[in-house]
Amino acid sequence: MNLHELSIAQLTRLLEGKKTSPEEIYTSFLTRIKEINPKINAYLTVINKPELDYSMRDKPLFGIPYSMKDTYNTKGIRTTAAAKVLDNYISPYDATAYTKLKKAGAVLIGKTNCDAWGHGSSTENSDFGPTKNPWNRDYVPGGSSGGSAASLAADLCSFSIGEDTGGSIRLPASFCSVVGLKPTYGLVSRYGCIAYASSLDTVGPMARSVEDTALVLEVLAGADSCDATTSQSKPPRYSQFLGRKIAGLKMGIPKEYFMKGMDDTVASTIAKAMKDLQKLGVEPVEISLPMTEYAISTYYLIAPSETSSNLARYDGIRFGTTRRSFGAEAKRRIMLGTFTLSHGYYDAYYKKATKVRTLIKNDFENAFKAVDFIIAPASPTPPFKLGEKVDDPLKMYLSDIYLVSVNLAGVPALSVPCGFTGNKLPISFQLIGRHFDETTLLNIGYQYEQVHGIYERPRIK
Amino acid sequence: MNRCMESMKDHGLSNQYNPVIGLEIHAELSTRSKMFCQCLADYFGQPPNTHVCPVCLGLPGALPVPNRKAVEWTILLGKALNCKINKITKFDRKHYFYPDLPKGYQISQYDEPIATGGIFQLGKKTFRIRRVHLEEDTGKLIHKGDETLVDFNRSGVPLVEIVTEPDFTNSTDVKAFLEELQTLIRYLEVSDCDMEKGSMRLEPNVSLRKLKSTKMPAYKVEVKNINSFRFAQKAVEYEIKRQTALLQKGETPTQETRGFNETKGITFSQRSKEEEQDYRYFPEPDIPPFVFETKFLEKVEVPELPHEKVERYVSTWKLRREEALLLTRDKKVAQYFERVISKLNQKKPDMVKPVEQTIAKLIVNKKIPIDIAESEFIERALEKRKKHEVDEKILAGVLGKIVEENKKAVEDYRGGKEGAVMFLVGQAMRELKGKADAVVIREKLMKLVRRDQ
Repeated sequence: MNLHELSIAQLTRLLEGKKTSPEEIYTSFLTRIKEINPKINAYLTVINKPELDYSMRDKPLFGIPYSMKDTYNTKGIRTTAAAKVLDNYISPYDATAYTKLKKAGAVLIGKTNCDAWGHGSSTENSDFGPTKNPWNRDYVPGGSSGGSAASLAADLCSFSIGEDTGGSIRLPASFCSVVGLKPTYGLVSRYGCIAYASSLDTVGPMARSVEDTALVLEVLAGADSCDATTSQSKPPRYSQFLGRKIAGLKMGIPKEYFMKGMDDTVASTIAKAMKDLQKLGVEPVEISLPMTEYAISTYYLIAPSETSSNLARYDGIRFGTTRRSFGAEAKRRIMLGTFTLSHGYYDAYYKKATKVRTLIKNDFENAFKAVDFIIAPASPTPPFKLGEKVDDPLKMYLSDIYLVSVNLAGVPALSVPCGFTGNKLPISFQLIGRHFDETTLLNIGYQYEQVHGIYERPRIK
Repeated sequence: MNRCMESMKDHGLSNQYNPVIGLEIHAELSTRSKMFCQCLADYFGQPPNTHVCPVCLGLPGALPVPNRKAVEWTILLGKALNCKINKITKFDRKHYFYPDLPKGYQISQYDEPIATGGIFQLGKKTFRIRRVHLEEDTGKLIHKGDETLVDFNRSGVPLVEIVTEPDFTNSTDVKAFLEELQTLIRYLEVSDCDMEKGSMRLEPNVSLRKLKSTKMPAYKVEVKNINSFRFAQKAVEYEIKRQTALLQKGETPTQETRGFNETKGITFSQRSKEEEQDYRYFPEPDIPPFVFETKFLEKVEVPELPHEKVERYVSTWKLRREEALLLTRDKKVAQYFERVISKLNQKKPDMVKPVEQTIAKLIVNKKIPIDIAESEFIERALEKRKKHEVDEKILAGVLGKIVEENKKAVEDYRGGKEGAVMFLVGQAMRELKGKADAVVIREKLMKLVRRDQ
């Protein structure tokens, strides 16, 4: 039995029965990181000496080692957002997500690689080299939270905290065959998460099972006086709803999402998953999200506009680097955003995009009058090869075609693994829910997981 | 050029043109904490960079949370300026690069400010208020030799911006308006408006148009960094002169931002229109828009304002307008005055004149200091009253004698030298060995001198 392969619940049981210690668990993960990480470059920073606090013994995640995308501020620990601009930045404060996890007894083992500032779908835009997909190292792990997904797939941590602005949790979760939740905007505090596009950024858990995901979300969710966009309502105990009856729930199938252009294997694998869900009693209903075709353009107006603003503080006066250290993709998005916010263009681009955004949100609201949740592919294709799209930004942007609408609408979505291609490359579907209805998504994902079987792990040579 | 025009030119320029002047006023709110974080807002005199945190330093990942009090106070100010308080309001980001601006943008308000469309009454003149909005202050640059240092203590301090319509036509009104506005803001107790500390800053914009023209001029000159009302007046006067000279040469003044040199009393070019910034405003995504409920807005109550006090003092207590103005300039003085009156009225003292007028005079003329307890003030006032009990006949005799003996001073007074009357008062006081009220004597003397005429 390898400790690093066990779920949060299993580890907690062992700890409670004094069958293992937090040190032992940590060492198991750390040893594996030393062996595997050089092959896949999932971590930018590894913490060799954990801060184990035994007064946290009764806390829900006591002794559980986890990783965080390097966009989270961690006091005294290097925080780069995978950008050279922050090459040696040591943060003087903690992100709320990090504080909450500390208070829950979880132990940070390292900070993971990503596309610099969250700009990308493959982790190839990291200023510290790409992360490789543990299933096949010629392939990308998805992005931008690619390091988080890879660290989980390779059993280098028990769970990870990603960040999803336009699919950055769900795409890598799908490419690495792990679970990823993009929560409702406003459910989890963004305080201390280095901003990409503030009106779209969400902080969410990634894990090796839906159950683990629910356990971590319970810790993360809830109002924060440091983030004015968090909801004041008290979130439910998500794990207590797992296993409740789902028969009779209506599953929306958006016709715009299941069109040609989708990879055949992806299409057939998801079709099978939908059958499995129907066996659990959910009823398929065809729906329409007519604004889907405008989602990518809308996203690529709003997100770069906000990022051009958020990155303005890296003006070369502080943080020890000049603006020359920005990578190509960051520069592209800064220029795009600066342009769309400029006098004379604002109305035609940014303002219009915000109007379309409202229409996209309305699409979902209308759909949820008829259905309880929506199923969709997480990606139109299986993972692609390193270098395959990196020189073609437009093609890269289209990887997120099923993902960005969710961010624009602010609704939650859960990425759940459902199979592999013939070459053993992972495929996932995503479940999209009503605002603040993570409970339903997690419960359906959990029950699917029970019949489908807990996910296979890659063999890394 | 006809002779009439010639003489106008000799006279001093501006008669061909009408000045069009608008004002932008910034005031730092005196809330306990800063606009978007918990840091103390009172930075004055503190060691550099001691009132700072990730939010007001603009560190990666930090988020702004608006200060509720600052929002309420801006609503209050908007109400006091007779503005419409907008039920929906939001913050926007205003982008520009400057070392004292840590985020690369200032959180401000662009197209949906808290208050719009107000009115400010200055005597019989009305000036329109375009908007009142809330924003954050920047840090401060400190130049030391070749080095420039940044102090972020001021960064994020709440700042209200009041913008008037270009309704002013002369520098005297500008100065008077600014003084009245300062009094009003201080009354609301939302800012100390201390020009020296920089908690109130003035930016007049000036342009000229041809007499009788109703079109707005095609250019506008903004003058920044003015830290006194007198300098604001001077800067406006200088601009009127400068622009008139340019227009008379057939040139159009450049649209630009100018600074003010206090020692030379002149303005100088800082930034022209070509160099003007594109601020790339967009709604601040980190702060949801505000939707105010009517109940909430109703709870923000405007106290009695200085001009209302003046009216009340004049109409109910029959004070002289000038006295009422002096009494109400400082809210603390006005409040002291009112407390003395209410205490005195309980005592029902035997005073010749209405109580209010007597007390008002004692305060305005600083006969009794007001840093003592109200009861002590009252005692001293009654004491003084005893002194005044000089026989009316004796008094009349003395005054008659004074007028008789000082013909020169009487003539001077009649000839317009108002000061001459004070000489007569002095003589009378000496004669009466200080046992009379100088104010009463002054009034009696003036009556006497006028009647004699």
